Amino acid sequence: MKNGLAALVVGFVFAIGLGVSGMTQPEKVIGFLDIFGSWDPSLIFVMVGGIVVHFATYKLIRKRGSPLLSTKWHVPTKKEITPALVIGATLFGVGWGLGGYCPGPAVTSLASFDAAPAIFVLSMIAGMILFRQIDKKLNIQK
Amino acid sequence: MQHEWISALLGGVIIGIAVSLMLFLNGRVTGISGIINGAIAPAKGDTSWRVLFVVGLLLGGLTLKALSPAVFSSGLKTETWTTVVAGLLVGFGTILGSGCTSGHGVCGISRMSPRSVVATVVFIAAGVIAVAIFKKLGLSL
Repeated sequence: MKNGLAALVVGFVFAIGLGVSGMTQPEKVIGFLDIFGSWDPSLIFVMVGGIVVHFATYKLIRKRGSPLLSTKWHVPTKKEITPALVIGATLFGVGWGLGGYCPGPAVTSLASFDAAPAIFVLSMIAGMILFRQIDKKLNIQK
Repeated sequence: MQHEWISALLGGVIIGIAVSLMLFLNGRVTGISGIINGAIAPAKGDTSWRVLFVVGLLLGGLTLKALSPAVFSSGLKTETWTTVVAGLLVGFGTILGSGCTSGHGVCGISRMSPRSVVATVVFIAAGVIAVAIFKKLGLSL
């Protein structure tokens, strides 16, 4: 329950950050990716801000034996660069450029009650389910 | 223009605080595609925090809508089929590639995960090339 409450607070703060940053505006995202056209580089600072803060806190937090509300860490440790990683990131990048939404901003934008984010999120979930069906047969991600 | 850079940086700092809280409290990476994927494929005892995270995102969204609805302004006239294809690619690609902008781009790079650095370079490059091609074809903007 405590983990759930923590996740709720994190989700809330994250959404506010997304809104403040400009990530919930698809045309800004596409402007950021439009390097060869009318490039709007401002969104690079979202990553810069997030990484600077978390780079500093990550080391401090991991000095603890365990998280405050859990018995162990659940941080990925895999190191291999696999074809699945590269192909998946490529497909994601193409979809991001096409729609201007990545998963967090899309879900947050459901609160706007506009049609586009709702259609996007439903399609995204369909894509996740589709992957799972294919992965069951092919075991790609292992 | 300067104002937009400052908002972007401030928003990024808030996101950095959020993912730091998630690590400190729950010991987890805030990878939104992974959290959603886990929420729709329920595993015992591992669903409620994911659903509550999404509820938190939506409450944050509703707060933004109440205080500053312009953050959801979209000048895009994207056609429905484009949005559908974009969503399918993002859903499929993020699970195949084990992460999205949050999990790889912020959390992974912050802990200098080689997989996340590669994934982030690849998805930004793919996005840049895709936007250039779509604009040539007259598909977006």
